[in-house]
Amino acid sequence: MSDQRVLTLRVLRSSPGEGLAPHWEDFRVEEAEGMTLFIALNEVRETLAPSLQFDFVCRAGICGSCGMLIDGRPGLACRALTRDLGPVITLAPLPVFELIGDLSVNTGKWMRGTAERLQTWIHAQAEPDLTALEAPMEPALAEAIYELDRCIECGCCVAGCGTLRMREDFVGAVGLNKIARFRLDPRDTRTDEDFYELIGDDSGVFGCMSLLGCHDVCPKGLPLQTQIAFLRRKMASTGL
Amino acid sequence: MRIVYTDVLVVGGGLAGLRAAVGARRRGHDVIILSLVPPKRSHSAAAQGGMQASLGNTAKGEGDNEDVHFEDTVRGSDWGCDQQVARLFTHTAPQAVRELAAWGVPWNRVAAGEREVVMDGRRVSLSERPEAHGLIAARDFGGTKKWRTCYVSDGTGHAMLYAVSDRTVAEGIPVHERMEAIALIHDGTRCHGAVVRNLVSGELSAYVARATCIATGGFGRIYRVSSNAVINEGMGAAIALETGAAMLGNMEAVQFHPTTIFPAGILVTEGCRGDGGLLRDAAGHRFMPDYEPEKKELASRDVVSRRMEEHIRAGKGVKTRFGDHLWLDITLLGAAHIDGRLREVKEICQHFLGIDPSRDLIPVRPAQHYSMGGIRTDARGQARGLRGLFACGEAACWDLHGFNRLGGNSVAETVVAGMIVGESMADFVESVNGDLQVSTGLVREFLDAEQARLDALLQGKGSENAGELMRRMQDIMTDKVGIFRSGELLSAAVEELQALLVRSRQIGIATRRPGANPELVTAYRVQKMLKLALCVAWGALQRTESRGAHYREDFPRRDDAQWLKRTLATWGDAFQTLPTLSYEALDVASMELPPGWRGYGARDAIEHPLTAGRVSEIAAIRQAFGHADRFTVQQALMSYEHLVPECFRGRNARIGESS
Repeated sequence: MSDQRVLTLRVLRSSPGEGLAPHWEDFRVEEAEGMTLFIALNEVRETLAPSLQFDFVCRAGICGSCGMLIDGRPGLACRALTRDLGPVITLAPLPVFELIGDLSVNTGKWMRGTAERLQTWIHAQAEPDLTALEAPMEPALAEAIYELDRCIECGCCVAGCGTLRMREDFVGAVGLNKIARFRLDPRDTRTDEDFYELIGDDSGVFGCMSLLGCHDVCPKGLPLQTQIAFLRRKMASTGL
Repeated sequence: MRIVYTDVLVVGGGLAGLRAAVGARRRGHDVIILSLVPPKRSHSAAAQGGMQASLGNTAKGEGDNEDVHFEDTVRGSDWGCDQQVARLFTHTAPQAVRELAAWGVPWNRVAAGEREVVMDGRRVSLSERPEAHGLIAARDFGGTKKWRTCYVSDGTGHAMLYAVSDRTVAEGIPVHERMEAIALIHDGTRCHGAVVRNLVSGELSAYVARATCIATGGFGRIYRVSSNAVINEGMGAAIALETGAAMLGNMEAVQFHPTTIFPAGILVTEGCRGDGGLLRDAAGHRFMPDYEPEKKELASRDVVSRRMEEHIRAGKGVKTRFGDHLWLDITLLGAAHIDGRLREVKEICQHFLGIDPSRDLIPVRPAQHYSMGGIRTDARGQARGLRGLFACGEAACWDLHGFNRLGGNSVAETVVAGMIVGESMADFVESVNGDLQVSTGLVREFLDAEQARLDALLQGKGSENAGELMRRMQDIMTDKVGIFRSGELLSAAVEELQALLVRSRQIGIATRRPGANPELVTAYRVQKMLKLALCVAWGALQRTESRGAHYREDFPRRDDAQWLKRTLATWGDAFQTLPTLSYEALDVASMELPPGWRGYGARDAIEHPLTAGRVSEIAAIRQAFGHADRFTVQQALMSYEHLVPECFRGRNARIGESS
C-alpha cells in the first residue's frame, strides 16, 4: 500500500503511584490493514514504551476491559479500527473511575460496589430443587431479559454520564439497567417498593438529567434511554 | 511479611473458580478469590454457543439423557477421557443448568408449535411439543447425537458468568482483583497457599490456605494464533508444575477450533454450524460432505479443523496476502435468525471485518482454542502429588475431554466441576487432612525466593528481550506444534524451545519500576510459559500415534495397543530443560464404552488387546439384565455414583421421566 498512513497515538500518560503529573505523549505507528487500537497499542508497548499500561482481555468486544476515551469519546479500544479514525488519535483513560495508570482504570472496584449496593442478583424465596424440571418461562420474556443482560460493565456509560460529573454517588446507566433487568425477571421476588428503596432518589433514577450520553456511547447498543424513562415512571408512581 | 489466612483460596475468577468458591462458602468456610482481572472480564465470558446438558426438551433432543451425553463425550475424546468423570459430569450437568436458571441465566426457551430450521443446507419444519413450552431449549453442536446445547443467544458464557459472579457477591465472597499467584507454597507433599503479586503495586504477599484451588483457565497464548483472551497464559498450571510435585496431564492435547475469523483469530461460535451454517471453499463448494459424509460440518472439532487444513493444503482455500482461509456461510440462516441467535457473531463480523454475515461469507481458519491438558486431578478435583491442592475447569485435567472436547462441554465443565470441587474442598477442610500445619518460616522462604527472582529480573544485567522470546515461542508452537504434527517438526520445536528456555534465564528489562510493569510481567510469565510449551511439544513428540486433536502425520492411526494412556509431566528440578514424563494407563477392562469407531473421522485404530474381551463382557451384562431400567444396567457396567457429592445424587427429571 503506497498510501499507508503513519498514525500518531497521543496518549494521556500518568502513574499515580510515582507521583508523575499526567502528560500527553505521542507515539508513531505505521498503520496496517485491519488494524485496531488493540494491535496499535500493543505495537507501541512492544517497540516504543514497554511501561505503557492498558487493559485488554478478550480483544473481541465481549469482556468490556478496554473502555477508554478515543478522541474524547468513550469506546472499546479493541474493536476500534484505525481506518475509521484520523491520523492523530488521542487516547485517555475513562474518567470517574479510580486511575491505575496511563489508560488503565479500576472499573472492577466500581462495578463490584454497584453490585453490592443494588444487590444485582436474583432474590428468591427458596433454594431450587436441582433435579426437578425447571420452572417454565415465556420464550419472549427470556429474550427480553437477555436484551438487558447483555451489559458488559465496560464503564463507557459511566464515563459518558453528565450526572456523574456532579454527584459521584449516582448509580449510572449501568446500575439503572441492572435494576430494569431484575425487575423484569419473574424469578426475582423483589417488588417495586424494594427497588424504590435502592434507586428512588437523586442518587438513583431521579438523579438522571436525561442527557443520555450513556445511550449514545453504549458499545452494546442497550436501550438505556427507554429503560431509564420507564423506570423513572414506575418509581415515580411507586413513590406517590 | 504480609500473610493473609483463609480456609479456601481460589486462584482464578472465571466460571469454574467462582462456582467452586460459592460451594465452599455455602458450607460455611471462608473463601478468597484471586483474579488477574475483574471476574466478569474472565475468558468464560467469551463462550458463545452454549452449554451441553441432556434436558431433552426440544424436539430434536427428545430421548436424550445422561447415557447419550456420556457416549458422545467419550467418542469425542477419542477414548482418552476418564469415563467415570464423564459419567459424573453428564449426571450433574442438568443440575448445573437448572441451578443457573434459578440464579437468573435467561436461557433460551422452547416455543411450542411449528418452526423452521436449517438442517444440512435445507429449510425444514420442526414441531415442538406443547408440554415443553417454556422449558430450556437446546441447539445442535458438533459430535452429538441429540440437540443438547442449552444457550442464551450466542452470549451464553457472558450470561452464565454474570449470574455466577453476582452470586459470589450475594454470598459475600471477596475477590482480590489484579492479583496474580506466582508460586504455590508447599513442603513437597502438602500445598499451603500461594505467593501473590499485586499487579498494581508490585507488592508480594502470602495467602495461606487450608485448601487451594487453581482455576486459571487454559494456556492458549503459548500459540501465536489463538482464540484465547490475552490473559490465558496458563500461569495456574505453570505454578503447579513448578512445585515439582503436582503433575500436568495430556498437555499435548490441544484443541484447534474450526471457525475463528481470519486473520485475527477471534472465535465465531460452533452454533453457526449447529444452526445450519456451511463451510465453503474458494470456489464456493461445500466441501465437508466430501470428507465426512456422516456428520459433515458437525463432526467433532478436531476432525473438522483437520479437514479444513487438508482442503487448504489441496489448494482449495481463498488466497490472501496474510495466507489462505475458507468461508463460513451463514447467509442461509437469514437476518432474523442471526439478529436473534447469533448477534455476537454479527457484531464481531461488523466490527472486525466490516461485513454483514446475513449477506456476506465469513473468512475463517482453525486456530488454537482449548487446552484439554492441565493439572491432573482425581474425580473430586484433588491434584495428584500435592495434598490440599485442587483444580477445576480448563486449568485441570479432570479428565473429561481426553484428546478432544466437544463444543459446549467446556463451559458446562466449568460449573459442573465447580460444583463438585466446591463440595470436595469443603469436605477436605472439614477433615483432619485439612488442618493447617505450616510454619511462617516456610512461608517466608517462598516469599523471599519469589522476591529474589523478581529482583533478579528488575536489577539484573540480562540482555534477552522477554517480548522477543514470547513471540518466538508463539511462532514455534503455531508453526510446528499445530494441527498437523510430525517427528521432524516436533523435534525441531523441542530443540528451539529448550534454547529459548535457557535464554529466558537471562532476560533483562528496561522498565525498572517495581509496581505496575507490563514488561516485568511478560518476563516472569514467559519463563513459565516456555515450560508449558515444552510439556506440549515434548509430550507430542513422544506420543507416536494420532488421537483426537493430536495428529501425527508420521503415525496417523490411533494406537490403543500402545497409547491408551495419559501423559503425566512433572518438572522436579528448576534447571532441567525438559519435563519428566510418565504415563498412566487407561483401564479398558473397566470401561463402560470400550474403544471403537467414533462415528466420524478415521476408522483404522490399532486395537487394544483387552477391547474385544470387554466388548463381549458388556454384551453379556446387557443381556443378563434384560429389561432392567437404564440406571441399573449402567451401574452394573461401571459404577460412578460414589463419586457424586451427596447433594447432587438425585435423578434428573425430564418430560416423562421423574426425579
